[in-house]
Amino acid sequence: MNRREFAQMLGLGMMAGMSLPLLGAYSRKSVAATAGDLYDVPRFGNVHFMHMTDAHAQLMPVYYREPSINIGVHAARNQPPHLVGEALLRAYGLPLNSRIAHALTYLDFNMAAAEYGRVGGFAHLATLVKQIRASRPGSLLLDGGDLWQGSATSLWTKGQDMVDASKALGIDIMTGHWEFTLGADRVMEIIENDLDGHIEFLAQNVKDFDFGDAIFASHTMREMNGVPVAIIGQAFPYTPIANPSHFTPGWTFGIQERELQQTIDKVRKQGAQVVVLLSHNGADVDIKLASRLSGLDAIMGGHTHDAIPQAIRVKNSGGGQTLVTNAGSNGKFLGVLDFDVQAGKIKQWHYRLLPVFADLLPADPEMAALIDRLRAPYLDKLNTTLATTEGLLYRRGNFNGSFDQLIVDALMESKDAEIAFSPGFRWGTSLLPGDKITVEDLMNQVAITYPQTTLNEFTGERIKFILEDVADNLFNPDPYYQQGGDMVRVGGLDYTINPNADSGNRISDMSLNGKPLEASKTYKVAGWAPVAEGVEGEPIWDVVGNWLSSKKTVPLVEPKQPRIVGLKDNLGLV
Amino acid sequence: MNRNRRGFLKLAGAAAALSMLPLKVLADFVRPKEAMAATDLKGVFASLGNAQDSDQIRLETPDIAENGAVVPVTVSSAIPGTSKIYLLVEDNPNPLAAAYMIPEGTEAFVQTRVKVAQTCPIYAVVEAGGKLYKTSRETKVTLGGCGG
Repeated sequence: MNRREFAQMLGLGMMAGMSLPLLGAYSRKSVAATAGDLYDVPRFGNVHFMHMTDAHAQLMPVYYREPSINIGVHAARNQPPHLVGEALLRAYGLPLNSRIAHALTYLDFNMAAAEYGRVGGFAHLATLVKQIRASRPGSLLLDGGDLWQGSATSLWTKGQDMVDASKALGIDIMTGHWEFTLGADRVMEIIENDLDGHIEFLAQNVKDFDFGDAIFASHTMREMNGVPVAIIGQAFPYTPIANPSHFTPGWTFGIQERELQQTIDKVRKQGAQVVVLLSHNGADVDIKLASRLSGLDAIMGGHTHDAIPQAIRVKNSGGGQTLVTNAGSNGKFLGVLDFDVQAGKIKQWHYRLLPVFADLLPADPEMAALIDRLRAPYLDKLNTTLATTEGLLYRRGNFNGSFDQLIVDALMESKDAEIAFSPGFRWGTSLLPGDKITVEDLMNQVAITYPQTTLNEFTGERIKFILEDVADNLFNPDPYYQQGGDMVRVGGLDYTINPNADSGNRISDMSLNGKPLEASKTYKVAGWAPVAEGVEGEPIWDVVGNWLSSKKTVPLVEPKQPRIVGLKDNLGLV
Repeated sequence: MNRNRRGFLKLAGAAAALSMLPLKVLADFVRPKEAMAATDLKGVFASLGNAQDSDQIRLETPDIAENGAVVPVTVSSAIPGTSKIYLLVEDNPNPLAAAYMIPEGTEAFVQTRVKVAQTCPIYAVVEAGGKLYKTSRETKVTLGGCGG
C-alpha cells in the first residue's frame, strides 16, 4: 500500500464514522509518552471487547523483537500485516523513534529496548485490564489461545500456572492451539475442573473425526449493557498437522467455513446484534475468511503474532463489513474494540491496539503476588545461568533469527551433523546484548511437550522436498493452504528462495560449505520437535543447555539467511 | 463431547460386517472396471466420458489433509436426475477412488474417506440424465510440523 492508497483508506474510514484516536495518542509529542497519554482510552459506545492472544505463557515482562522480514505474496503483498519497519510506520502515520515504533517494529531494537524497557507481564497487563474494565462496564476479555504454552513453568505445571493466572486476570472466553499439545485428556481436565464457571473455552471447528460431534461449545451468547452479543470460537484449524496429531486422537479440525456461517446465522436469529469470531486462524486466513462470510461484525484473531495497529475493514459476502484485528503476542498488546449499538444496529466503532509497557503500568499487587507464588518452587532452576550473550538473540521473522541460529549451531555441533533443522515457531522472546542466558530464557525458546532431538540421514532430494513443503506452508498464494509458521530454520545449508514461485519450485541453489547439494547423496541432518509418535531422543533443552554451559559466552550470532529472489519493492522485507 | 461412541461402534462392528455382504455384490454391479484401472485423469475421463463444469455439485474436502491416508470427502448434487457420483484423486496411481449409484428418489449425498498420495485436486463427477458434470478442489498433503 502506498501513501495515496492509505490516505484513501483513511478517507473511507472517516466516512464510515470511524475515528482514529490512535493517531492522536501516538503523535510526536508522545515520543516520551507517559502512561496518561498512552492509556487514556475514554469509553466509547456500549459494547466492549478486550482482546489478547498468543501470550505463550509469558507471565513476566519480556523483550520481543518484531520481524524485519514478514513477506506477503500475491494478494497479501504490501498489505497489513506484511509491512515491516518504516513501511509499517508510514502506512499508519506513526512516528519513528517513538514508543509505539518500538512496540510495532524491530527498528533500533537494542537501543529502544534499553530505553523503553520490557513489555507485557501479567501483573502489568492486569493493571491495564482493570483500568479498561473500570471505564467499560460489562466488557469481556477474550483470549485467542496459545496461552498455556511457551515457558518453563507452563511446561512443568502442565499449563496450571497459566490457567491460574488467566482466571485471576479475568479472561472470560478463550480458544486454543498450543493448548492441545498438552494432550486431549489434560485439556478436558482443565476445562471441566478449572475453567468451569470462569472461562468458556470455545471452538466451533473441532469435531469428532468419526461422527462429526462437537468437542467444544461453538459459541456463547451474552448480554452487554442491554445489547445481546455472540462470540464464536475458532481454534487453530491445522493443529493436528502443524503439531503432533497423536495429542488429539480422534479429533478433526479445519476452517469449517460452512458450519461457521450456520452458527453465525443461528446466533443472529437468536437476536445477537454484535457477532464476533475469536480466532486462532492467523491474519491472512482471517482476512480471507472475513470476505467469505456474512453477518459477522469482527474477527479478533491471533496465531501469526502480527501486531496490526488498526482494524482491517473487509467487505464480506453479504455486502457488509467485517473488521479484522490481530493483537500481537507475548502479552505485549491488548486490543480494545468498542461498538456503539443503537436500536439493534452498529452505528460506530473504535479499535485501539494498546502496547503493554511494563515501566508505564505499575504491577497489579494481587497478580504479582500470585505470579510469585506460582514461580517460587522453580526459581532456583529458572535463574540458573547457562551463558552470557554478547549480541541480540531473537527468533521472529520469516527466516532464521539469531536464537534459532544458536539452536541449529548447537544441534550440529552436539550431534556431529552437517545440517540442522529447527521449526519455524513464532514464539520465543528476545535477549539483549550482555544479558545472561538462563534456563528460563532457553525454555522460552523450546518449552514443548515433544522436545526430542533427532539425527537422520536424508538425501539431497529429501532435503529439497522438506524445504519446498515448508515454504509452501508459508508462501502459498491461498492463505487457506498456509499454516502460519515461519520458514524452517536451517543450519549448515545455503539456499535461494523465490517466495513468488509455484509450489515445488521456490528453492534452488542449495549448497553445503560452498559445494552444491547432491540429490542422491545422503547427509546427516539433526532436528527436534518430531510430529510422529514414539520418537526417542535427548530433549532439546539438554542439548542446547549443555552446549551453552560449555561456551560460557556466546559471541554475536549472525543468523544465516537464504538468498531471497523474485521480490520487487516488497514492504515485508528491509 | 461424546467420546464414547467409538466404544459403541466396536460392539456394533460385528453386526455391521454381516450386513455388508449384499453391498459387495452391488459394488461389483456398479464398478466401472476400465475407469478404475486408468492410471491418469485423462484415462478416467476417456472411459467415463467428458464432464462439464457445474456449480450444482457441492464438494467438501479439507484444504490441508490431517492424514493423507484417510481424507474425508463429502459430495452432494443438486442436478436433477443424478444417478451416479464418482470421486477422483488426480495424482493417485489410480485416480478413480470411488463410484456410487444413486437410486431414483434418494438424496444425492455421499460421504467417504479416500487416500490422497500427494497434494492434488480431488474431483467429484456426477452423472445425470446421461450427461457428466464435475467440480474439483485441491487438497494439500504436507509433512507437518513447524507451525506457529
